[in-house]
Amino acid sequence: MRILRNGLASLLFLLGLPAVLLALWWWFAARSDNFYYPPLDEILTAFGDTWFSSRIADNILPSLARLAAGYAGAVVIGVALGVVLGSHPRLRALCEPVLEFFRAIPPPVLIPVLMLFSGIGDTMKIIVIVTGSIWPVLLNTTEGVRAIDNVLADTARSYRITGVARLRRLVLPAASPQIVVGMRQALSIALILMVISEMFASSNGVGFAIVQFQRTFAIPEMWSGILLLGLIGLALSLLFQLFESRALRWYHGLRRSQRGEK
Amino acid sequence: MDVKLKQRGGASGVPRAAGTSPPEGGGAAAGPGASAGAPGADRRGGRVRAWGRAVPDAALGVLGVALLAGILEVLPRVGLVSSEYLPPFSDMASALGDMAGEGGFWHAVLDTAKGWGYGLAVSVAAGTVLGLLIGSVDILRKATASTIEFLRPIPSVALVPLAVLVYGTGLESKLLLVVYASFWPVLLQMLHGVQDVDPVARDTAACYRLTAWARLRHVVWPTALPYLMTGVRLAASVALVLAVTAELLIGSPGLGSEIALAQSSNAVPAMYALVIVTGALGVLVNILTRAVEKRVLSWHASARAEAVA
Repeated sequence: MRILRNGLASLLFLLGLPAVLLALWWWFAARSDNFYYPPLDEILTAFGDTWFSSRIADNILPSLARLAAGYAGAVVIGVALGVVLGSHPRLRALCEPVLEFFRAIPPPVLIPVLMLFSGIGDTMKIIVIVTGSIWPVLLNTTEGVRAIDNVLADTARSYRITGVARLRRLVLPAASPQIVVGMRQALSIALILMVISEMFASSNGVGFAIVQFQRTFAIPEMWSGILLLGLIGLALSLLFQLFESRALRWYHGLRRSQRGEK
Repeated sequence: MDVKLKQRGGASGVPRAAGTSPPEGGGAAAGPGASAGAPGADRRGGRVRAWGRAVPDAALGVLGVALLAGILEVLPRVGLVSSEYLPPFSDMASALGDMAGEGGFWHAVLDTAKGWGYGLAVSVAAGTVLGLLIGSVDILRKATASTIEFLRPIPSVALVPLAVLVYGTGLESKLLLVVYASFWPVLLQMLHGVQDVDPVARDTAACYRLTAWARLRHVVWPTALPYLMTGVRLAASVALVLAVTAELLIGSPGLGSEIALAQSSNAVPAMYALVIVTGALGVLVNILTRAVEKRVLSWHASARAEAVA
């Protein structure tokens, strides 16, 4: 009985506020005659009509494919470079100001630059996503590798654990909490860049579709696109949480026990 | 152990870190990282690093920048990259020099800075207040968790079409994007910070019957402040990115729209010069927020080790 009640309470907490907000939205939008805020049921109808059709193949899948390619590239390159920079202090000192500078450039301004080099095709978009989202991964990996426990590093050296084994057993696990932090930041940047690069110059993709709707004043469809992006973002962050809780289970357990919680 | 390391870092690590600028995410590891890295390097280093210690890190950094500029100069000159795509560095520099003499450029910088500053101010204020409120009331925290989780990942650029339709291309639509994007880091960090209050401190405060205000002032606020500062730092760079993005996409006046203009009129060196300026602005923002953070948290440097997670 108590389990049931607790479950009910947490369900209420989970859905309560969203339900209230949706109801408010429904109520106000149904009474507004503002052209830009259409009634919610119109948006939802538009959502079904717009996205559950050929657009899945035309717009959503290409976007997701570019996102996946760009994000994977950013993570792989970022971790690789980060490990190198993290373990070579002199090299790090040499590159640090340059990296700081590149990181500080707002990634969207690279779109015009990269358009010069690689046109407006998929390559450009993937490169934009990689160049924008690599920095959190790279810099967090560097910091993580730098901060490896001295005792662990010395122990590994005493046992002559070097090369790949050192990387796999010591460096990557020790840096992984930091790496994951960087990966989480990179994910949202990658999503934003996917949308922006499509808004800029494209013939397909979710961002392209939304801009198209806006220019043709298809307001409910535009809103449905915004909703879709929200849902994609939510799904990605849930997936990432799942991944994080798997990958860092040992770490969270360690922290909890260090803090004296159960 | 931890404390000892940090004191050691204060002696040997800090002057070293002051010369170079520690990278981002480094709020997390700058303290322990610097302290663990420097002595470690010395101990292991005898053979390899003897040559390197003569050259200070800052000089290496300058060398790195010079190398990059040199590469950018040489690549197009030699013809490895077409100079239509990548003009030599000297061209970019002279384009920058030309622009700096014109009022329009400074207006654009000012417009971007305005969008950044106003937006950041609004989102830091709102994020702090709401974070404190939601974080300290258990029911509110539970009730809002799902909504926050839903709204946060909505990419702010999704609001671009809406902003254009409702506010046109003015400052308001830029602010809408900037505030929406930079509000979340502040709010989330604040929520984490309020959560992180030491249970013993909380119980102690309850034992002494501190008033709600006193508890906020003396228990919650000091705990949350390092988290808040991290949030502000993240928000500051996000706000700049969104300000420039809004200008680029919507065409609100500022550096972003200047870049779009330069690109469409094929003024390639000017475009690169503007990109360099946005990067420099970003660096400036980082240095600024770091300086503020250092000042505000001078009493509490050790807590920064946990602030980023």
